[in-house]
Amino acid sequence: MSDSPRHETLIHALGAGLVPVRRLPPPWLRTLGWLLVVAALAVALLLRYGTGIAMERWQASPDMGWATAGAVLTAICAAWAAFVSGMPGRRAIWAWLPLPPALLWIGASGLGCLRTWVEPAAQLTRTHPAPDCLYFILAFSIPLSALLIWLLRRACPLRPVLTAVLIGLASAAASASLLEICHAYGAAATDLLAHAAAVVVVVAANAAMGGRLLSRH
Amino acid sequence: MQGEKVWSEKMLQPLTAAGPMVSDDALPRRSSVRYRVPASPATSAIETADQRRAAWMAAAQAGDRIAYEKLLADSIPLIRAAARRQGVARDHVDDVVQETLITVDRVRHTYDPSRSYDAWLNAIASRRAIDALRSRGRRDSRELHDEFALDRHPDADDASAASERQQDAQRLRAAIDELPPGQREAVEQLGLRERTLAEASGQTGRSAGSLKVNLHRGLKSLRRHFNGEP
Repeated sequence: MSDSPRHETLIHALGAGLVPVRRLPPPWLRTLGWLLVVAALAVALLLRYGTGIAMERWQASPDMGWATAGAVLTAICAAWAAFVSGMPGRRAIWAWLPLPPALLWIGASGLGCLRTWVEPAAQLTRTHPAPDCLYFILAFSIPLSALLIWLLRRACPLRPVLTAVLIGLASAAASASLLEICHAYGAAATDLLAHAAAVVVVVAANAAMGGRLLSRH
Repeated sequence: MQGEKVWSEKMLQPLTAAGPMVSDDALPRRSSVRYRVPASPATSAIETADQRRAAWMAAAQAGDRIAYEKLLADSIPLIRAAARRQGVARDHVDDVVQETLITVDRVRHTYDPSRSYDAWLNAIASRRAIDALRSRGRRDSRELHDEFALDRHPDADDASAASERQQDAQRLRAAIDELPPGQREAVEQLGLRERTLAEASGQTGRSAGSLKVNLHRGLKSLRRHFNGEP
């Protein structure tokens, strides 16, 4: 059996306290659960604002359409990677999965910004000041991050800070995607800077606090 | 002493990994994939052991205590190997084993039986080993060492050790006093005073054979007294 009496004693103690456990659902299922909440929020915003604002933006600046697709994919990939990182033994390389869509998101946004500089006519009439974007992303990211942390509470994130960063990225990307529905921001540098600042704040706050919340195992 | 650490203390320690660390990719490739039909007899043996442990864990998740205890005992060599791979010193490997077993118990619901048990265990054991190395590093950086003084300072000077030895001697003395007279004489003469059979025989007036028999019986009684042996 075991090599030392100390281990044997511990094994007997753990065996004596054994109770049946409910297995953790697979990462894709938990990702789906979280995405359903995001989708419910999207439906609520669409009912309130309709599809007009987003369609108008995408027609005026096709790069923004790519940026939105990148943000949506980043949210999905980052959430899935966060759940996978909570399962011991999975390949660490999965943590890089959100990188390509994040590059699409950042790249398309940057390209849109550059085009606006070159052709100012493509810029939309802004209906909100830039700080609104910041508050919107922060306000939506907090409950979405909290929900992800709650869904990960039974998992075992062996790299809690990495998991927290992925949670921050997922919720910030999801919030930025939701913002598309109701906020007619253009590809102006101020708007994009506000977005970038919000994403950085959300990711950093998660890394600072979420890591501690997740490292209880 | 590190090796004597009580395992229950460790239950409160978080399994943290905030900084750079060894990637799980360093683990054997086979460990991170779903089970497949093995390609060769050698692979087959490895896969079978992993699959057997996976089946035990699945049973343990359902509450099978026998399977669970077998699994944990079977996991010890794997944990040791993971700890050594991370560079844990031989003296501290057993502590990593204890902490890993406790973590396995707490997070056993995160194991998916369709995947490799060994990879799952390896990830936990490696992280525990890294935690042990970090906490050891922190402790060592706080403590001051004087190797020469440590070498020159014998344990005999330790006050608690001396008093413990004194108590042991008193207990032994009391147990010898309770022996029948013949056995007590034999133990005192041959055991405590280290006299030869001839000297002891001259001193007590008993034959050498009688002294040997009494010494044997006396030592047996003392062993029974202290160890509870039959």
